[in-house]
Amino acid sequence: MAESQAPAAPAGSDGRAEPNHGLRIFLIWIVLALVADLLIWFVWYPHLPPGRMSESAEHQQLDIAVLALAAAPVMLFVWTYFGYTLVNWRHRDGDDDDGPPIFGHTGLQATWIGGTAVIVLAAFVFGTVELIVPAGAGAGEGPLPVWKPSGHNLLQVQVIGQQWQFTYRYPQFGGMESTTLVLPDNRPVEFHVTSLDVIHSFWAYLLAVKADANPNVDNVAYTTPKHTGGFTVRCSELCGIWHGAMFDSGRVTTPTAFQAWARATELREHQLGVLAALPPYALTYDPTVVPQLGQEVVKVAGITGANGYYYPPSDPEQP
Amino acid sequence: MSIDIEPEKAQEPAGSGPIGPRLARPWWMRPAMHTGIIGAILGYFIGHWLGNFLSWEYARNALSDMNDFPLVLGYVIAVVGWLAGLGVFNDLGRQILGKPVPAAEEEEEAFGGVARYFRFSLDHKVVGIQYLVGMIIYFCTAGLFAMAIRTELLSPSYHIMSSSAYLMVVGEHGTMMMMLMSSVVLGPFGNYLMPLMIGSKRMAFPRLEALSFWLTPAAFIILLSSVLIGGFPTGWTGYAPLSVQAMEGMDAYAVAFGLMGISICLAGFNIIVTVINYRAPGMRWSRLPMFVWSMVTVSFLMVLATPVLIGGMYLLILDRTVQTANFVNTLGGSSYLYENLFWFFGHPEVYILALPGFGIVSEIIPVFCRKPLFGYRVAGAGMIGVALLSFFVWQHHLFVSGINPEMRPLFMLTTELISIPTGFIYLVAMGTFWKAKLRLTVPMLFALALYFNFLIGGISGVFLSDVPADTTEHGSFFVMAHFHYTIMGGLIFAFFGACYYWLPKMMGIKLNQKLGYLHFWTMFIFFNSTFLPLFAVGMAGQPRRVFEYATNLTPLNDWVSISSFLLGASILIFVINFIWSTVIVREREVANPWNSRGLEWQVAAPPPPGNFEHIPVVLSGPYDYGVKDAPAVADLHPPVGVVSASYASAGTASTGVEA
Repeated sequence: MAESQAPAAPAGSDGRAEPNHGLRIFLIWIVLALVADLLIWFVWYPHLPPGRMSESAEHQQLDIAVLALAAAPVMLFVWTYFGYTLVNWRHRDGDDDDGPPIFGHTGLQATWIGGTAVIVLAAFVFGTVELIVPAGAGAGEGPLPVWKPSGHNLLQVQVIGQQWQFTYRYPQFGGMESTTLVLPDNRPVEFHVTSLDVIHSFWAYLLAVKADANPNVDNVAYTTPKHTGGFTVRCSELCGIWHGAMFDSGRVTTPTAFQAWARATELREHQLGVLAALPPYALTYDPTVVPQLGQEVVKVAGITGANGYYYPPSDPEQP
Repeated sequence: MSIDIEPEKAQEPAGSGPIGPRLARPWWMRPAMHTGIIGAILGYFIGHWLGNFLSWEYARNALSDMNDFPLVLGYVIAVVGWLAGLGVFNDLGRQILGKPVPAAEEEEEAFGGVARYFRFSLDHKVVGIQYLVGMIIYFCTAGLFAMAIRTELLSPSYHIMSSSAYLMVVGEHGTMMMMLMSSVVLGPFGNYLMPLMIGSKRMAFPRLEALSFWLTPAAFIILLSSVLIGGFPTGWTGYAPLSVQAMEGMDAYAVAFGLMGISICLAGFNIIVTVINYRAPGMRWSRLPMFVWSMVTVSFLMVLATPVLIGGMYLLILDRTVQTANFVNTLGGSSYLYENLFWFFGHPEVYILALPGFGIVSEIIPVFCRKPLFGYRVAGAGMIGVALLSFFVWQHHLFVSGINPEMRPLFMLTTELISIPTGFIYLVAMGTFWKAKLRLTVPMLFALALYFNFLIGGISGVFLSDVPADTTEHGSFFVMAHFHYTIMGGLIFAFFGACYYWLPKMMGIKLNQKLGYLHFWTMFIFFNSTFLPLFAVGMAGQPRRVFEYATNLTPLNDWVSISSFLLGASILIFVINFIWSTVIVREREVANPWNSRGLEWQVAAPPPPGNFEHIPVVLSGPYDYGVKDAPAVADLHPPVGVVSASYASAGTASTGVEA
């Protein structure tokens, strides 16, 4: 928007030569914008959320940094302009005349509209690329994902939200169940997010994955962890009174450590009879239907099953 | 609230004949707020009894002792009773019985003084003041809930309220602000000033206008009553199936939100019809003040968007009372249906909350720059563009929800396109400021603050419109900071600017300027100090509506909480100023203290009954500052026959076709 500073205003009303305000504003702005963008790129960008723990996180970090690069000059332009007007064009005591009657300036208006349109379209193109390239950018794509990671080595993990905890199932390991999310690094992960009761949202902040958990819906999201370490999972959709306490921790380990953990967990759950007791792995579950019993069991409390009867009217104990 | 107006002048004979013996009754026999309250209480008990009678064999649950059906019916019939007690249906009844209906002016004469502010008044200026006082009460109540939220968030783990109480407070704050503040400008300033600005003696539908106001206290009280029965756990969005699962307090949310939907739909309808049909001769579309343009665009949003909300709330009530399953996935309903219905209303709603602010600042800045509004058509196009686009962006609220991923680029584009017409508003402001003669009065400072705040809010909105960035920001405090910057930083700052700008006209009194400056600076500083850190809190991973958060975010959260208390104190300064200036000191203000060219400033302060002695003939635009030999904005005493001739030759000036 560098061009949009020089409205062809008439010369000073008293005939005195006026400084070139447009040029002055432009120079102040260009210096500020340059400094801001350099700071954003070299100082801020490496520390921007959500970090670089996964592929989608890297892309989101880049995306946020690029948007900040574009946003800073725009904001600084507006602020520089208003600051300049506040300093230079204040009303002086005794001067009761009105200002110059400028009703518009076609060229300036067209330039402004064109400039903002270019910025907006560029942001749209960049955002779309950053959405498609990292396989949906870590956002839940619903049951029929359109952007998928390449390769056949996908690790499938099911995330089951319920009031007020997440459970994880690994269908490639006998459908074993874990309350801790463990993932290997450098292997694409396919999350299948679903819920048993109300809408939750699976948010692994450092992995830059967020997908709503809707009952009876399989919401798929992808990412590829890039570094080992711990991360936190939080529910980011209001899901009832203990929403604020619905979080747990996960970790990204090396592939060998992951294999060892997964096999050991599967074996232990098999020996303890947990796998047999669990409902067979499915993309969604209906808590009013218990398949092992071979018949529908509708909860006594109400027709819908989800009608206020998961917890009694008084607050449950602290989880 | 004692607000005098000048002694009423003799009216031209109008309306029908005798008023009847009704007026001879003492005040407590006449329909007003107290009879409305009696009607509401009676209505509630009738509705509750009827609900129990109809639903005795189902729905009452042994576990929770919950029975939604009588409660909803109680609320609905209480509203009918409230309106009946207020006398809303009296004229209708008279017409049905073939009795004469007194003209609005005669009723107003009979109910002079303060009493008319407590009854179903058909005078748009009375309704405007009713709205103003009502909105300030609603805003302060919801603001107190906000401070309760921040009190709880002082500590990440030590709780001063239970988790359910916390969610109740969050829901009350959010819902009250979003549903009631949608009328915060259109109600008081739209209803009061718009007829004055377009040269009309009245609004098109005074009964609808009064009804739209008197529904707001009902919605407010019903929403607040939720506190007595445990609140609702869903926040202002009311997502199903959580809202289907929730306890009785949820019914209050659904009924109140639906009721407020009816109110804003009626208010918008009235404004549209008035602007189209009641403009004075010479008030072409190209001479309409920008504030009126903003009211027209907002009204179209209200009329087109809120029916979807009303429908959504109705379906939700059905799910909760008669056990339908519209939003229950496992029984064939869809939780996405609710999300789509809600946001199809909800996104236009946020522009219902933004556009009036643009209109107000567009009125204020030319006056205090002493320059014409730069790019009048661009400003109008900006508002219309924002309003149109706002219907095509709602799915950006659902980027991570799992619906149709292939639509995401489209909704990213439409959302980002909105920044182009929004940019027009900035172009207009910057052009108007070019070589201006700025007078930094209190209204002007509030207008400047809108441009400052809304820039931050708007730019952060571009981050949210971008799917990859939104994946991290969605549902976090980043979103919360964003919409507080646009709504509070935009609309509420503009609202206060409008109070300082127009209250001298509406009430004929001066607001204390020193307190005004103090209010502005404290509000501006503590608003930014409250909400700017919340962008960082959200980016650092704190989801919305949590009562427990990561310990390392405690310093930021504490900073925000303390700032928010100071922000609350700043609003208190306004309330004190308002009461001090309008009730206690009551220093008279001249008719046009800002030397404005607006038509509303050309009449006495406060405006006389009927606004104009004669229908004025508008001669020039409202922003012709600095134009040599500019004609007066209007001829307030046009020669006899001019107006009627103008109306007779409909199709020229009076219908707004540009000459």
